[in-house]
Amino acid sequence: MEDKGINPWVSTEYSQPEYVRMIENIHALNENLIVRVEDFSLFYGDKPALKRINLSIKKNRVTAIIGPSGCGKSTLLRAFNRMNDLIPNVRIEGRILIDGEDICKKDTDLVALRRKVGMVFQKPNPFPMSIYENVAFGLKIAGEKDRARLDQLVEKSLRQAALWDEAGDILDRSALTLSGGQQQRLCLARALVIEPEIILMDEPASALDPISTAKLEALIYSLKKDYTIVIVTHNMQQAARVADYTAFLLLGELVEYDETRKIFTNPTDKRTEDYITGRFG
Amino acid sequence: MKRGERITNSILEGGLKLSALLAIFLIFLIFIFIFKEALPIFTNPGVRSEVDLRDLFASSVWQPVSDHPRFSLLPLFLGTLKLSLIAILFATPLALGAAIFTAEFAPRALKETIKPGIEILAGIPSVVMGAFALLTLASVLQGIFGWTMRLNAVNAGIALGLAIVPTIYSVADDALRAVPGSFREAAYALGSRRNQAIFRVIIPVALPGIFAGFMLGLGRAIGETMIVLLASGNAAILSLDPALSTRSFSATIAAELGEVVFGSTHYAVLFFIGALLFVITFIINLIANLVVERFKVRLAGVA
Repeated sequence: MEDKGINPWVSTEYSQPEYVRMIENIHALNENLIVRVEDFSLFYGDKPALKRINLSIKKNRVTAIIGPSGCGKSTLLRAFNRMNDLIPNVRIEGRILIDGEDICKKDTDLVALRRKVGMVFQKPNPFPMSIYENVAFGLKIAGEKDRARLDQLVEKSLRQAALWDEAGDILDRSALTLSGGQQQRLCLARALVIEPEIILMDEPASALDPISTAKLEALIYSLKKDYTIVIVTHNMQQAARVADYTAFLLLGELVEYDETRKIFTNPTDKRTEDYITGRFG
Repeated sequence: MKRGERITNSILEGGLKLSALLAIFLIFLIFIFIFKEALPIFTNPGVRSEVDLRDLFASSVWQPVSDHPRFSLLPLFLGTLKLSLIAILFATPLALGAAIFTAEFAPRALKETIKPGIEILAGIPSVVMGAFALLTLASVLQGIFGWTMRLNAVNAGIALGLAIVPTIYSVADDALRAVPGSFREAAYALGSRRNQAIFRVIIPVALPGIFAGFMLGLGRAIGETMIVLLASGNAAILSLDPALSTRSFSATIAAELGEVVFGSTHYAVLFFIGALLFVITFIINLIANLVVERFKVRLAGVA
């Protein structure tokens, strides 16, 4: 709004819907909502995978998406950084607003979006390069060449990902020599280095042992003061441990979305209760 | 397991084992045969008086049939080198470009057309490719560059290159396709543009496989005979000039072995050339295999 140098309250240059959206954005800003999903549906071919989802995600909070296999939780997560674009025959309806900007438009700058919304995958997938090159990758593709600055940022993100103590001395070694848990933290460092606002995690601990999982969860907790985290998990205890808010998805529908405490102690919907208590899933 | 089944199984297993061992044994026999026939160069005093090992690599003239036969392998070596180099220089960019295009850029329908198309090229008999170079390509090239020698290293090298394009292409294409999708996803999720994902992640990961394809192509270029025989002009000239007629190791064997006096010095030298080719291609294939193994280990580390 400032860019245009016009007072939106008195200007007549805005159409009615634009005007309404601006007010919504101001509202969202006040509530610290960084992501807003509005009537979002996604289809694989003709098959609906997500049906008219509505939810908002708060800044600097951890939001978990839970639900049984095939409920669309990963699909929803991948909608936030448009990773579903890599799959052919995907069609979407509705909007997803991130910082008030609709990211579902055709002309959305995907590079900018993905630098703002980072991602950690289910299986650790470091590139077969050195540890250093893995972390520096996101900076290098953005054109950063200053060696000193690269060194400094690589160290900073490795520290943020709690990997510096283990990997600081072996930066030139292949990333594949690290253990699974270390690899996953390396992938996190690789995502952190470009300073995203939101970090998406797609079952980040499913390939890890309990100790590595505990480390990763502690890390998630410490990262939320700087980042907004959305985590998909099939592990309900994990959601209960790390998340401030939890969304329960079933067959592509958002059944319930509330504070984690409420979801796990006093769910409103019968289906949520059945899932939480292990009656299905 | 019933007794009948057991017998069938052991017959089947034994038969398969036999055919596998037989294949290795035959190759081993060929190996022995070639080296046995080349042996007189080292052992037979009569042969040694006519040609010394030093002559093979030091002098400069290949003139096996004359009153004073001269057996220098240098012009043939240089010819083989020139031809393989031209073939590789011609084929590698073409094959890699095609592989990168079909693996990463081409829409599905186009991919399904290009891939079999290039693989059909591999089915063209080399004598046909040679005839094409002899009759058509040579005239076209001469028309463009105005060379005095119509049949020369460039002409044969390009035809040779066409013949090895499918080899390099299909190995490189497989290597690119074998790159796990998780690398691609990671690259895009970090804000890579398409060309950055391809050139900074996918191709580096596939590089050992691509290199193996290159080595296999090189091996074939060195060993390929018929195209060179038909299209190169076959003059054993000691020169690096690609516009001159050229003769390779393999074409020399093909051209002269039919006429050579059995057991003569010339005969032994031809087999020595054969042994040399055997060793060279063996080493190249060995390197290619080692690289492919490393490639597998490198990818397995991720799974």
